[in-house]
Amino acid sequence: MIRIGDAPRVRRLLIGAALVLTALFLLLPLVAIFAQALMSGIDVYWQNLSDDYTLAAIGLTLLVAVITVPVNLVFGVFLAWLVTRFDFPGRRLLQTLIDIPFAVSPVVAGLVYLLLYGRNGWLGGWLDAHDIQIMFAWPGIVLVTLFVTCPFVARELIPLMQAQGSREEEAAVTLGASGWTIFRRVTLPNIRHALLYGVILTNARAVGEFGAVSVVAGAIRGETNTLPLQVEQLYQDYNTVGAFTSASLLALLALLTLAAKAALEWRAARRETAT
Amino acid sequence: MSIRISQIEKTYGYKGHGSKGHGRTRALEPIDLDIHDGELIGLLGPSGSGKTTLLRIVAGLEQADSGSIHFGDRDVTRVHVRDRRIGFVFQHYALFRHMSVFDNVAFGLTAMPRATRPSSGEIRSRVMQLLEMVRLQDFAERFPAQLSGGQQQRVSLARALALKPDVLLLDEPFGALDAKVRQELRRWLRHLHEELHFTSLFVTHDQEEALELSDRVVVMSNGRIEQIATPDTLYRQPANRFVFEFLGDVNRIEGDIEKEVLTCGNARVAVPGIENGRQELLLRPHEVRLDEQPSTRAHLPVSVTAVVPVGAEVRLELEADWLGEPWLATISHADFERLAITRGKRLFAQPSRLHRFDTSRPQTLAPLSAS
Repeated sequence: MIRIGDAPRVRRLLIGAALVLTALFLLLPLVAIFAQALMSGIDVYWQNLSDDYTLAAIGLTLLVAVITVPVNLVFGVFLAWLVTRFDFPGRRLLQTLIDIPFAVSPVVAGLVYLLLYGRNGWLGGWLDAHDIQIMFAWPGIVLVTLFVTCPFVARELIPLMQAQGSREEEAAVTLGASGWTIFRRVTLPNIRHALLYGVILTNARAVGEFGAVSVVAGAIRGETNTLPLQVEQLYQDYNTVGAFTSASLLALLALLTLAAKAALEWRAARRETAT
Repeated sequence: MSIRISQIEKTYGYKGHGSKGHGRTRALEPIDLDIHDGELIGLLGPSGSGKTTLLRIVAGLEQADSGSIHFGDRDVTRVHVRDRRIGFVFQHYALFRHMSVFDNVAFGLTAMPRATRPSSGEIRSRVMQLLEMVRLQDFAERFPAQLSGGQQQRVSLARALALKPDVLLLDEPFGALDAKVRQELRRWLRHLHEELHFTSLFVTHDQEEALELSDRVVVMSNGRIEQIATPDTLYRQPANRFVFEFLGDVNRIEGDIEKEVLTCGNARVAVPGIENGRQELLLRPHEVRLDEQPSTRAHLPVSVTAVVPVGAEVRLELEADWLGEPWLATISHADFERLAITRGKRLFAQPSRLHRFDTSRPQTLAPLSAS
């Protein structure tokens, strides 16, 4: 079979270009991060890492991820289930609404939350009176992160569940299965790869979100700094090595995420060929 | 277990919302249908006739707007699908793709509450017995994607029968299979039904399938039942024009009747007992005889435009100036040879029967033998 553009020279040129661009735009910056972080030796790297503020930032970042991922996992599955398995007025509108966090700049999202929950905001007075602090504290950071990451799981699931249809679930219900049994034994196994992928994306974004978080966090060192904010602050302080040390943590997380994703895809592919 | 469907009615669309502005669509007019214990009933109709909707309502997968459904003495109108004790076979099998054939068939048993669930040993022997019945015992560990369409549908049948349902419902069960496999599965389902005697309702748009499988056929169109009858009666005594036309090929002749003779161009045929006026009459391909000479009762000149010798009969296509659309005729090989028929041959048609459906009761005339 002859494919268009399959001449050996064209092929070599295209592959070469792709490799060079990948190295230039993706690989080099990644290497640079670690090179910068380790510039002054492993001892300094370790010192920067065990800095109290950095440790606090790591803790807060993990806290945000630990709350955001399960909440959006459940929310996303519910939403996808609702949109693909039921027909009701407003279904299309709901599907559009899911995309708002994608469409809106995260900074705007942060500002909206500030407007709602801030001291002078609409709900701020009531919250203040009850001594509940949301803005410039970890609950605010969790809230905006939830907002920014809420479409990931649903967006992964909806096309898949639409394509699969509800026939298997109908078959299960005619066989007397309860709703929970159907979900656990029929729906979940069919969507688990997409679901895990959605979780990985959610996690990556929850850990890395900067814009929305920077608006509502207030940059209180050791209290409301997540890792991305910490990177920025250290950099502003001309502590390049410190900034890159924190950045290297984020990069490491990203690499782990990608490895997890690749492993999942590999397993899925192996399953496909096995059946 | 008998099934009694009374006054089941269904309309689609939201109240007041009307999808795309054309309001609500009536899927089922009030439907009444009694199915006896152990009967195999075919729901036959074109797409959009409401047959699948009716089946899904009986299953409980859809809710009727009004009316009631009884299984035996049990009123199941408000009973949830999972408690109706039905087996349902889907057109595209709907097997659980991530489960082995064994797990698919076992699903209904393993999904039972712990208190009533059989032991795993009992489940194992029951599933293997079912797989043997559908002749797939060697495929227990395979996954659905590794099976052919016919095998998948047999798994789906075994799965539906695992819980010994009172009622077996099949939605176009063989619609996605090729002709030969379909034939085989039909025969096999018929045997299974004779053996197990479940009450069964199946949907099909294939008239041959309905006539071959069913004890009685329910013909539907536009959300209404047109006729309920045994295959034999249905074919010989259609209740109306829709049933007649849906159940087979139809030839038409239209003309003016005067003094019990229908004239259409240079063609004429005796129509004993029919009043004067314009009239359309219908006949089946096997009700057309051919001859080299006209008779006193029929003068219908035609020429042969196509010859298809398949099976026990020869199918011919006939054309003439007086015909709007060509007629089909099926004649015996003996007649075919006697008349030495070739393409382009000119002959005379002799209708052995003519049917009219414009009266409240369909009427059949026999122009050749009439006095």
